[in-house]
Amino acid sequence: MSDAKARVVPVGRVPDSSAEQRLLEIRHEAERRGEVKAIGIRPSGAPFPQASPETGYYGIPLLKQPSWTWEVPLYFFTGGAAGAAAVMGAIADYTGADRKLVRDARWIAAAGAVISPALLVADLGRPARFLNMLRVFKPQSPMSVGVWTLLGFSGAAAATAFAGFLAERYGPSLPLRIVENAGQAASLAFGLPFSNYTGVLIGATTIPVWNQNVGELPIHFAASGVGAAVGLLELMGNDRSRALQALGMGAALFECLEGLRSESSDHSHLDPLKHGLSGLMVRTGGVLSGPVPFLLRAASLLGDKQRSHEFRRWAAMASVAGSLVTRFAWVQAGHASARQWREPLGIAQGEKPELGE
Amino acid sequence: MSVTAFLTDSTLCIGCKACEVACKEWNGVGEDGLDWSGFSYDNTGSVGASTWRHVKFVEQTPEPGFGGNAPEMNSWAFSSDVCKHCENAGCLEACPTGSIVRTEFGGVYVQPDICNGCGYCVVSCPFGVVERNEQDGRAFKCTFCYDRQKVGLVPACAKACPTESIQFGEIGALRRKAEERLAELRGRGMRDATVYDPVDTSVGGSHAMFIVRGDPRTYNLPPKPEVPTIYLKKAWASSAIAAALLLGGTLVAFLADGQRNGR
Repeated sequence: MSDAKARVVPVGRVPDSSAEQRLLEIRHEAERRGEVKAIGIRPSGAPFPQASPETGYYGIPLLKQPSWTWEVPLYFFTGGAAGAAAVMGAIADYTGADRKLVRDARWIAAAGAVISPALLVADLGRPARFLNMLRVFKPQSPMSVGVWTLLGFSGAAAATAFAGFLAERYGPSLPLRIVENAGQAASLAFGLPFSNYTGVLIGATTIPVWNQNVGELPIHFAASGVGAAVGLLELMGNDRSRALQALGMGAALFECLEGLRSESSDHSHLDPLKHGLSGLMVRTGGVLSGPVPFLLRAASLLGDKQRSHEFRRWAAMASVAGSLVTRFAWVQAGHASARQWREPLGIAQGEKPELGE
Repeated sequence: MSVTAFLTDSTLCIGCKACEVACKEWNGVGEDGLDWSGFSYDNTGSVGASTWRHVKFVEQTPEPGFGGNAPEMNSWAFSSDVCKHCENAGCLEACPTGSIVRTEFGGVYVQPDICNGCGYCVVSCPFGVVERNEQDGRAFKCTFCYDRQKVGLVPACAKACPTESIQFGEIGALRRKAEERLAELRGRGMRDATVYDPVDTSVGGSHAMFIVRGDPRTYNLPPKPEVPTIYLKKAWASSAIAAALLLGGTLVAFLADGQRNGR
């Protein structure tokens, strides 16, 4: 017993005169007023945040973030590039352009036709149930419309490229020509919506940064797809084509305008496009797909042959990289936007701290 | 068989979470984490894939006098949140498999044997309710106890609620009940009481109404929820313009190039 007592060591505060003074103050106040109006000790972390019209529900975001992983933005890239390439390949064929360009465009479309559905299936929570998408066709669901467009495009683009390949290898024949021409017409028809519908897909959602840009997203995504398709075609050796140069210029110009549009507005719902990780990504993607290829292409028109070739190569690489970054950036911006708890509650940006983030 | 609804009256809720427990037990919903939130007695935060009922703990300093609150005392309101089962449901419209359907009771139901986990409903819900369970892969939310309603029983949460804060019944009758209760509360001096049922928005009203006191935003109830189908017209118009620009631009570029080359 005495052993246990001996082992007790006093822990806690060392008494000092100010602490003793404080205890006397409390006693005097209690004597004088019959009560003590002190707040006591604040527990660590206090004062606790309170729910209010300024903080919403403790600043907990109302909306859920997208559950999509990297496959989806990559699919936006491959789909956009493949769709635009199919359109270019078909038009190039109809206008009697260089055969190599037509063939390369078809191969890009066919590659996209194989990779895109694989990515879409891989992102599903239950990939084995992909075919459930084909139970219904719902015009009011951009995902449903998109899946059917993807299916039509994939079949058409793959058939075109394969028939073209067989015809070149084993000589032309009537059935092959029918498949090739029908496939090309179909991949043109499906390629037009396929190159930009992903803008509709994310635009028609409850994520503020997406639905507030719903009128621009499909055009922005189409320009991004054109930039990527032109870049890939040029990197495959079609870097003497004036048509591609013009299309590349046009796409870069659209991307410059898109950047100007979002940078010149200061709406709070555009914040994810300018601040944080998503802002950095959007801006990087924008610079790589807008001003950089535009200036490089302009320079390539002026310089001598060797230099101009170099400039176009760099412009092509910038466009492809820019398109890829842009797709990831917009999905990232969707995450940031879903975390902006003020937006859906219509609470103006104030002095209150961002809680619960 | 009639069209049914919930009326969740936060002025009667005692924050016991019987509804959360009953929901999880009846529906076999998994645990939703054991983390401390650090800001109130609410350690769950929001409804989600494994939280179909969620009791919110709203702590605030009210204006003195409302409902007899002492000026220096914090008010402490509880409200059991749930899927709103919107009249125009964003998740239902967005679902590309037809997994999400409207039941004969007016509820919005995710058929678990159809859902393939595409995740599009998650970004289409204006209330942040439906969520993909990453272990399972599919999307989950309140089923409105479709299985219980099928055999004429009330949903598990409403049955377990000890104060009848969660009421269940035919939607028209419940709407009238909500108005009567509101008049009663206001008559008792709770002038800040309101019914939350977004009938004037594109959501078109819900099958889960709430009586709350004060600004509904403190309960994370959005003042203007919108079903995302309202953006479709603008989106597809923009898509058509983009397609026309692509087609026209490509034609002009290749035709001009061809002429220059003398073809």
